[in-house]
This record gives sequence, structure tokens and C-alpha cells, in this order.
Amino acid sequence: MPTISRDEVAHLARLARLAVTEQELDLFAGQLEVILSSVARVSEVAAADIPPTSHAVGLTNVFREDVPRPGLTQQQALSGAFAAEQGRFRVPRILDES
Amino acid sequence: MTAALMDYDEVLDRFEPVLGLEVHVELSTATKMFCGCANVFGAPPNTHVCPTCLGLPGSLPVLNRVAVESVMRIGLALNCSIAPWCRFARKNYFYPDMPKNFQISQYDEPIAMDGSLEVQLADGSTFTVGIERAHMEEDTGKSLHVGGATGRIHGASHSLLDYNRAGVPLIEIVTKPIVGAGTRAPEIARAYVTALRDLLRALEVSDVRMDQGSLRCDANVSLMPRGSSIFGTRTETKNVNSLRSVERAVHHEMRRQAAVLAAGGSIVQETRHFDEANGTTSPGRRKETSEDYRYFPEPDLVPIAPADEWVQSLRATLPELPWQRQARIQAQWGLSDLELRDLVNAGALDLIAATVDAGASAAEARSWWVSYLSQQANSRGVELAELPITPKQVARVVALVGEGLLTNNLARQVVDGILADEGGPDDVIAARGLAVVSDDAALTAAVEQALAAQPDIAEKIRGGKVAAAGAIVGAVMKATGGQANAQRVRELVFALVSA
Amino acid sequence: MLLTQLPAAELASLIHTRETSAVEVTRAHLDRIAAVEPAVHAFLHLDAEGALATAAAVDDCLQRGDSPASPLAGVPLALKDVFITADMPTTCGSRILEGWRPPYDATVTRLLREAGVVILGKTNMDEFAMGSSTENSAYGPTRNPWALDRVPGGSGGGSAAAVAAFEAPLAIGTDTGGSIRQPGALTGTVGVKPTYGGVSRYGLVAFSSSLDQGGPVTRTVLDAALLHEVIGGHDPLDSTSIDAPVPPVVAAVRAGATGDLTGVRVGVVSQFRGEGYQAGVQHAFDLAVSRLRELGAQVVEVSCPTFDYALPAYYLIAPSECSSNLARFDGMRYGLRIGDDGSRSAEEVMSLTREAGFGPEVKRRIMLGTYALSAGYYDAYYGQAQKVRTLVIRDFAAAFEQADVLVSPTSPTTAFPIGERVDDPLAMYVSDLCTIPANLAGNAALSVPAGLSDVDGLPVGLQVMAPAQADDRAYRVAAAYEVARDAAEGGPLTHRVPDLTEDRVPGPSMDRVAAR
Ligand SMILES: [Mg+2]
Ligand SMILES: [Zn+2]
Repeated sequence: MPTISRDEVAHLARLARLAVTEQELDLFAGQLEVILSSVARVSEVAAADIPPTSHAVGLTNVFREDVPRPGLTQQQALSGAFAAEQGRFRVPRILDES
Repeated sequence: MTAALMDYDEVLDRFEPVLGLEVHVELSTATKMFCGCANVFGAPPNTHVCPTCLGLPGSLPVLNRVAVESVMRIGLALNCSIAPWCRFARKNYFYPDMPKNFQISQYDEPIAMDGSLEVQLADGSTFTVGIERAHMEEDTGKSLHVGGATGRIHGASHSLLDYNRAGVPLIEIVTKPIVGAGTRAPEIARAYVTALRDLLRALEVSDVRMDQGSLRCDANVSLMPRGSSIFGTRTETKNVNSLRSVERAVHHEMRRQAAVLAAGGSIVQETRHFDEANGTTSPGRRKETSEDYRYFPEPDLVPIAPADEWVQSLRATLPELPWQRQARIQAQWGLSDLELRDLVNAGALDLIAATVDAGASAAEARSWWVSYLSQQANSRGVELAELPITPKQVARVVALVGEGLLTNNLARQVVDGILADEGGPDDVIAARGLAVVSDDAALTAAVEQALAAQPDIAEKIRGGKVAAAGAIVGAVMKATGGQANAQRVRELVFALVSA
Repeated sequence: MLLTQLPAAELASLIHTRETSAVEVTRAHLDRIAAVEPAVHAFLHLDAEGALATAAAVDDCLQRGDSPASPLAGVPLALKDVFITADMPTTCGSRILEGWRPPYDATVTRLLREAGVVILGKTNMDEFAMGSSTENSAYGPTRNPWALDRVPGGSGGGSAAAVAAFEAPLAIGTDTGGSIRQPGALTGTVGVKPTYGGVSRYGLVAFSSSLDQGGPVTRTVLDAALLHEVIGGHDPLDSTSIDAPVPPVVAAVRAGATGDLTGVRVGVVSQFRGEGYQAGVQHAFDLAVSRLRELGAQVVEVSCPTFDYALPAYYLIAPSECSSNLARFDGMRYGLRIGDDGSRSAEEVMSLTREAGFGPEVKRRIMLGTYALSAGYYDAYYGQAQKVRTLVIRDFAAAFEQADVLVSPTSPTTAFPIGERVDDPLAMYVSDLCTIPANLAGNAALSVPAGLSDVDGLPVGLQVMAPAQADDRAYRVAAAYEVARDAAEGGPLTHRVPDLTEDRVPGPSMDRVAAR
């Protein structure tokens, strides 16, 4: 039965860029634990020799020819922007760190 | 605050450097990696974008065939094996220049792996750099930091984002740990990037402009105490934008880390930023530890499974690679290793080869480039290749001398004219009137004049003093500004005195 | 007979033969919407003007004597708000995209336009398709036309309710774990999840890329097939799109409509019964199976033991993919932005925006997925789930050796009361128990109305599953079953939907249907 600490939830929230509240930390810690303990069953059946499936359809080698096709105008590109400046998306200062 | 540095020789007395070089190459494909937007540099912001490279909801990637063929050709040229089956993965982290907040890259299944590249060092020796992998990924957008010190991220009030570069095909080429380089580590780092650049240029897959960022090098450096075989903690230095910087960055990181370790400190695994101005490095963006990237197979792209025929057909498209070309030229011209190395170091090899291709003999071509033209380059303080004269033009000059239409003296004047941007060889000859005069009428007149001017000498010649003819020839040459065909003048002198 | 009660196929023939006009049909549906939306709330956005303009264009082309752009030209449709539309907002039921007007069209949207289908508006859904009740919409729940205090299922509750409430004869949904089929079952409508790769995902806002699939929501199997042929087919903009012709689903329906299933082997999945299955659902299902037997089908019992692990595998794979797919909603380029006061960094603004813009279920799944993909846990969770996926595919393969199609109840229960499961994720997740295996394996599956539960009088769905790219098999069986059931019960199930308007606009009733 996996246990999830508040700190772990806080770390996940930071990775996921969610400014969760104190109450949410407790709520999610509890709920994640319940959900994970119920889905942990997946390890019961899947033996080591079973190959994982990432794509249900068995397609391979799907390519595009290297030919330009029209995209969006600058105006269309910026149409949803909260703020724009000099033809660019305006965003808050970026920390030199991610 | 400048970091303490250890004397370079002392660094090597106490430590063995271990290098790892990650080179990112922007492919010069017509379109981006996963969408049909044009792959161009320097367009107005956000004018080469679409739902896919802007990461708009609902958009999907479709892989560029030429990009895949390019990375396979690069892999083959680096003696890598091509994976019979591989996938893309998502590298998840948030950063505003990355519109989806994940980068489509390759993780544990690179398309090309386990190769090598032999690099040449100034002393003529070679060093083999192991290639760990070459894989495909997408480039990020560009951010402009406003407010604060111009362009710098620190103290900026806000940033402006342009996604024209987002989704441009990137190939990441990663070396195996480079051990045993010792004191030559910085030189080897530079030589490796140089060799890789020349290779990529020969493959015509990228314009490999470090200044424009189409070739970027991250230098991983760590030190291990002499006698130890356990790698030390590494730093990754970014923003290394020139070949010279690669050498300087490695050199500086070695000295900085050695000082830290010697002082009993420990190296922090971090990304550092190279400062071109003073050749130092400073801590940059903190590196997410790899478990935070949450890699998983990209579900929107299907696996790549290159058939053997496809790989072989690509192998067949490989051009003569730089080292193959050198070997061929050395054999053809019968150069000693020493001669070859001098030509390579002087950056003359390709110029000479091109001059030979344009019809000149190897000997003539070499003598022009390594002597007179090298002097000109030195006096101008430029690389040989930067002189405003083409191998074709040099070959033309050589040809004119061969036809006796130019003397060596005149030939140099013609070359000077070309270097002075007076046009091609024939333009200069015409403009400066440098053609050799072989026209008898003109010469006869000049000889008669000279004989008349010095009757005593004419007497001596009649008297059998053959050597005296030299004075007349000299006078005629002087009178014709050196353009007379001296051989013919001599014949005329004897003809006229004995007449 | 009210136009709004006619199936799309009949409306289309009336329009194409000029007995009525596309504009008239569109108006009738807009009036119906005006009358019942206050009670149902199936739509997030209506585009009456655009719809009437499209309808008028179809009428003009018919007036000129041109042949209709498609068999469904002029017929109204409700589009799930997860498909990108350049002329309408696209919100995915989320605050974070409130009012966002995309600069492009989804491939499905484009195909509908080219087919002359009249798009009435965008339908309500669980936020980013995460849910089984449509209660997770940031814009309020949709109510089940059969019982307004109950959920219509989810995530495509808006599309299913719109069709069940006669607001539109056609709708488009998306099915990641059952979001087309389970609402179909709970609202007594037809819902089809085509083979993965059969319908383009370009412009379908991704929840779980390897599972998402768009498909038809209708009142009849024929309408579903007609719509399937409009939206299906290869799309070079979707790398996972199958480069093959659309299976002949309309022909399969015509074949099935003869009511003969002689020689068809129908496999009953033994895992999908017993504990957790309501008696009323089980009875309706058993009755449906005996009907299939009467039609000549050869019914066999098949066992798919790993299906018991499909649900847990799904709740690792889908959240993992969604944690990555939804990372792009950060307030930097489009949509909501919170806390940009000039002092905060981009990182802080991203976190505040996502915290405010996403609802609890979406946050829960993002956290779950972030956890499952973390290096320390990847193998135990995501890795194992991908292996279960392989086992489920193998179980299907073995089962399709013994049977041409597999059947089961679509959902273990009928529509549950609004609010009942909203605070109990696991209880909510169980609604998709029977539908998830087909998403994991990528094969075709649909839900067709199987009458009402004899316990609570609410609709029950029969799920028919077919191998990948054999969608036509499921359609044939469903069409045959539909004919038999309608004959036995005196008409389509949806004609028993109660009146939904205070002022008693005559709703459909049995006698009116019988009079046809
Ligand atoms: Mg990289
Ligand atoms: Zn693009």
C-alpha cells in the first residue's frame, strides 16, 4: 500500500506547476493514496517477459515530405495571447531556472 | 566575484580531466521537425508558426522524412549503428520558450549509437573520440528579456517570446566520456567540434553557423584525482558559441574545478554559462534532475523502423568525408605526413585542392598558397581562406605563366591586383597592361634604340663578348617595364649586331 | 410528426428531395433547444446564425440542382466542445480556456463543414473529458433527459443529452475510456467509438493521446454509420491515423437491418457480470443476448481474465498522458492568466493560473500522472500498465478467435443521481469498467440502446465490440438488434423520453410514433 506524504504531493504540485492550497495537499495526499493502492494491482499480472504497449495500432514509419505548407499569420498566432508586444507573446519575467 | 583558478600545469599534476561534449545541430531542412512551417533564420517574429509548433490545443506532430534521413546519414558518417526500431519520448518540464511544456526528443532509444570520430591535433597526432549517440529532437522558441541589463535574463521586467525557432529540427550528438586527454583536453575539445563541423558541412545537412546557433556545444567537464578511476561531479557549460570558446571554456572549467577541489570543496552538478568577454563560466539555470523530466514514449508519433535497404541507400549517399579526402590528396600529391599536416594547419589543403581541380599543377598550386598568398594573409592578419582571391583565379594565373604570357614577376603583380579587388586576372592584366610583349616589331625597335644608345657595348658584342649582351637585354627590359620576353630580346640583339 | 423527432437519415432525404429545407430543419432544432436547454443544459455555446447560414447554403446548392455534398448535408449536429472550431469558442469544459477562440479548425470540424452538416453549437463535457457524469464541467452539469436529477454520463454527457432530448439528431463525442458509449447507455442513445486511428485526432484537444477517439452520437445505428463515414478516414496531419478506407459501416447497417444474424458468433464476456452490476442492467443485457440468439446469432461464452486489470491500467495510462498533454495550459500563449501583477515570475503565474483554471478532477489526474511517470515509480505503475495493455490486446485476440463480436453491458449501472459519486473518484471510475478494454486495445466498440431497466426504468446500453478496423461487424450486429428491439417494444427507445418543457410543447409519445 503506497503512502504519499504531504511533501511528496507538494513536490508533484511544483513539477506540475499547480499552486495547491494547504487543504489540497491533505486532500490529494489522501486521494492519491486511495487511488494508487487500488491501481497497484497492475503489478500482479504483468510479468517481466511481457512487452509494454505504447501504441495500440501497430503503425511504423509515418513521415511528412519536407515541403512547406502555410501556417498562421502573426496576427492569428497572437490572437489568443493575454498580452503581445513587438509581434511577440508578452510573458512575466522568466526566472533563470526551471 | 571571480572564482579562484589553479595553475593549469598544476591541475594536470593532480587531476585527470574527463570531458563529455554535447553538440546540438540545427538541420537545414526546408521545414521544421514536426510541421510544415518553413525552417528559416531571422524572419519577423511568429511568422513561421502553426498550431503544431505553437503547441496549440489539438495540434499533432508529423515527422519530417528528410530530418530522419539526415540523422541517419550523420550516424553512418560517425560509424554509428542505426537502430532497427526506435521511438520518440516526451521530456517534461515547464519553460516559456517551449510551447507544449515538453520537448519531443529521444530518450533511451536513440536512432544512432556507438560510433567514433577521429580528430587531428596540431602536432599531427590523432585522437579518437567515442560517440555515444545521435538523436532527434525539436528546438525551442527564443525569448527576449526586456528591462534590466539589455538582453540578460537577470533583472528583466518581462520577456517576449518568438516561436519561429520552435520545432526546428535539432540533432543532438553526444560523445562518450573522453578520458586520457590530459593536458590536451581543451585542444581535443576544440578539434572534435571542428572535425564534427567539417563533417556536417560535407554532409550538407546544416549550415553549422556557431554564431547563429545552428551549431551549439555544451561542454561537460569533470576532474578525477590522478590514479583514481571514479569520475568526479561534472558541470555542463552552455553558451559556448565559437570553436575558440570551446577550448577556453574547458580550460577555465578545469582550472576552476581544480581550485575548488584543492580547497576541500566539492563540485555542484549544475549548468554553467560561458562568458565570451572574460572567458569565465558562471552558474546558470539549475539542472532538473533527470527523474524530474518524466520521460515516456511520445504517443502522438509512431515508432521508426528503418529497413536495411533504406539505411544502405543512405550510406550510398555519403559524400567523400574530410578525412577520406585528406588521405586521397596525400597519396595523389605524394605528401609526407609532415607536409600534409602543415597544409592542414595552414588551412591551405582545400584551397590547393580546388586550385588543382581548376587545372593547376599540384606543385604550382601549393607554392602559390603556402608562400606568396600565405605571406599576404599574414600581413593582412586574416585566414588564408579569407583572402579575396579564388582558387580558380590562382589557377588562371598559373596557366598564363605556363603559356609565357606572364613572367613570375608579372604574375605577382596580377595577384596583387586581384587582392586589391581590381577584378579577375584578365581584368587586372588589361587594366595594368601587364601582358608580356613578344611582338618583334616593338622589340626590334627597343633593341635598336638600346644599341644606338650604347655603341661601345654593341662593339664588344661584335667582338665576341657574348656576356655584354646582358646589358642591352637589361636596358630593353627596363625600357619595357619588364614586360619584354627576355629570351626573344637576346636573340634579336645578336641578330641585329651581326647584321 | 415533428421534424426534431426524425432520425438524420430521414431528415436528409426530406431536405434533399426539397420536401422541407435545411433552414426549416435547423430552425425546428433551434426552437427545441430554446425550449429544453433550461432543463437539460447540453450546450456550452450555440451558433444559431452560423447554423442557419450553413443550412441556407445547403438549400441554395440543392436549389441550383447540385447534388448534396454528403448524405447528411443540411442535417444539424451538436459538436463536443473538445473539437477545435475556428468560428466558435473551444473550452473543453474548462475555466482555463474560457472564451478562447482558436485560429484553426479540427479535421473533424472541417470534414463536417465540407459535408454540409449544420453545426448548431458546442456541447458540455467533463473538463478535458475527465469524468463519467459531466459534473466536472466548469460550466455546470448537464442533466439526463430521462430524469433531470440524474447524470447523462460522461465525459460526453452534453452530446448524448442533446441527442436524447431531440435538440439535435446527430452529435460528435470523444471516447477515451467510454466517454461516448457510457453516456449513450445512460441516455438511451447510440454511441460509437471507432477503431483507434479511424477518425482523425487533429484538432481534438488531447486528454490521453493513445486512447482518445472521436465518434458518432445518434439515436439510430444507421445515423451513426452515416456520420462515421463523414468523419472517418486517413488524415496526414495525424501520425496515428490509419491509411486505409473507412470500413463499410453503412452497408453493414443495411445488411444488419434485414434482421438476420445467422452464422454470426457473438461472445459474451464472462468478466462483465456479477458484483457491481445492477439487476436491472443484467436483466436487460440477458434479454438482449436472447434477442441476438433469436436473430440467428451463435452465442458463446468467452473469458478475458486480464480485463479485470484494464481499469487500474487505464487509471495510470490516462492520467500519465494527461499530465503531459495539459502542461501547455500555462497562461503564456492563450487562455486564462492569473496573478500577472508585474512582480511575479512566469513560473509563479503559470502555477497560479493552473491552480485557478483547472477543476479538482483534472488536478487530481495531473498529480496522479506526474507521480506515475516519476523515475522512481515509472516501472511499477506506468510501465506495468503498458504491459497490462499488451495482455488485454492478447485477450481480445484470443476472444476474437472464438467470436466475431463481443458483447457486454455498456455500463454496470443506469444513470446515477447528480452528486452521488462526485466526491468518490473510485466509485465514479467504475462506470467505465466495461468500456475501457476497447480503448486500451484500440479496437472498435459501440453502445446501442437495450431498453429500460426493469428496476428503475432508466436506459441500459448493449456494448458490441469488434476487432480493430472491423467496425462494420459491430454495426451489423447493432443494426439487427435495433430492428428487433424496436419492433418488439414498439419503436425507438428515445421516443419514451419524457416531456422536458414546462409549457408542455408536445413531446414524442408512443401513440404518435405508432401512428407513423
Ligand atoms: Mg537535448
Ligand atoms: Zn509549425
